[in-house]
Amino acid sequence: MKKLGSQTIKFENPPSIIGTGTIVGPKEGQGRFKEYYDLILKDSIYQEKSWEKAETKILKEAVEMAIKNSKVPTDKIEYLIAGDLLNQIISAGFAARELGLPFLGIYGACSTIAQGALLGSMIVDGGFAENLVAAVSSHFCTAERQFRFPLELGNQRKPTSQWTVTGAGAMVISSQIQNPRITFATVGKVIDMGEADPNDMGTAMAPAAVDTIVRHFQDTGKTPDDYDLILTGDLGSIGKDIAEELLKQKGYDISNKYSDCGVLIFYPEQDVHAGASGCACAAVVTCGYIYKEMLNGKYNRVLLVATGALMSTTSTQQGETIPCIAHAISIENL
Amino acid sequence: MPVLTKEQQDYKRFAKNKKPKPPLLKNMIMAFIVGGIICTIGQIILNFFVSRGLTPGQAGGPTAIIMVFLGSFLTGIGVYDKIGKYAGAGSIVPITGFANSIVSPAMEFKREGFVFGVAAKMFVVAGPVLVYGISSATLIGLIYYLLNM
Repeated sequence: MKKLGSQTIKFENPPSIIGTGTIVGPKEGQGRFKEYYDLILKDSIYQEKSWEKAETKILKEAVEMAIKNSKVPTDKIEYLIAGDLLNQIISAGFAARELGLPFLGIYGACSTIAQGALLGSMIVDGGFAENLVAAVSSHFCTAERQFRFPLELGNQRKPTSQWTVTGAGAMVISSQIQNPRITFATVGKVIDMGEADPNDMGTAMAPAAVDTIVRHFQDTGKTPDDYDLILTGDLGSIGKDIAEELLKQKGYDISNKYSDCGVLIFYPEQDVHAGASGCACAAVVTCGYIYKEMLNGKYNRVLLVATGALMSTTSTQQGETIPCIAHAISIENL
Repeated sequence: MPVLTKEQQDYKRFAKNKKPKPPLLKNMIMAFIVGGIICTIGQIILNFFVSRGLTPGQAGGPTAIIMVFLGSFLTGIGVYDKIGKYAGAGSIVPITGFANSIVSPAMEFKREGFVFGVAAKMFVVAGPVLVYGISSATLIGLIYYLLNM
């Protein structure tokens, strides 16, 4: 039985990440990990007629880059597991149309890359495929027009608000034996602590991250000492502080090895208030910086805990609170 | 809003301390300065029309038209949102902000076509202002009329 405790999977033959592809927009390309991305766009319209078409193109090309970097021929890639933030996950669906791969569309908001990686790992470890690709995208402009305000509106962003990353990250997951490998995955439960402010998602999502991290440690018997780095997806500076303190209250001190992709991806001078968000946030950091530094041996055991807020504009307008989820994957050099 | 459990209430209290306070004083000063500048420009334009022979009442219309044009133009060239970042209410509240709130969605949704995009979505931000502004003006006017009968 590959299950540990109530929510964690231990992979019998840990699948490998054998290639990644990352594309980001210009703002991200001026950020902390500029040396680690495969492509930095000059502008976020990428010669397309709409932001949505640009996002589809970015996702499609990130997948193609990951496949190329994996050295697996495209016809041996058996599934595309992909998602994004847009209604009906159109970036993923339309990218899948262009790529022609058997497609499993998924939605986990900003936790989608971890969700895709864990589902992909289950498929590979279960013997249902030898090679597949998990990918996500997000785009500042498409997210603003769907969730918030027209781009040219002269409103002020709150100090708690986060900036949606424009980009896409893709990883090829394989049964080939090659570091780094996905050894464990913890599937999150939906946690809602009654936060209702869509301009402060860090506060809403932190409890979900904490719940999944605690569950991961309890199910596996591991402690923070078993990891070089614990990385949340996009809690932002406020959510990160909250998560760290809540974990300390529960007996887990992760302060000397904890960071958050949303806090890292942009420099403070880039003025993104609480930090970055979007599916691509965790994806480009994981598929770019983390993957490459694990190949270098800078990190050997990383716990990625990607977090998502599962509300829509409709639910918020109806006065609902924000239910959140966090999925964890353990990536290790064996 | 759903009723919060005790655990949720505790969390809310805990998280409140972690939230950064918006720089209220700075925001108010900037709103005052920028809002004041916009209104001063409006006053200059109104004074110009009055100096050319219109009554202040007659000058109100063309002044509003010019201010709306300025708001729309600055939105169109992508400047108004940059002003708004610093000015906050100072650029949202004046009539230039109202123009910005109509022009910005019109620009944004052009990609969805002129019917379902531009025309349908144009009032997505300004709609409540129009509905409640006109309704309350009508109501007050009615009350005023009845009281003076």
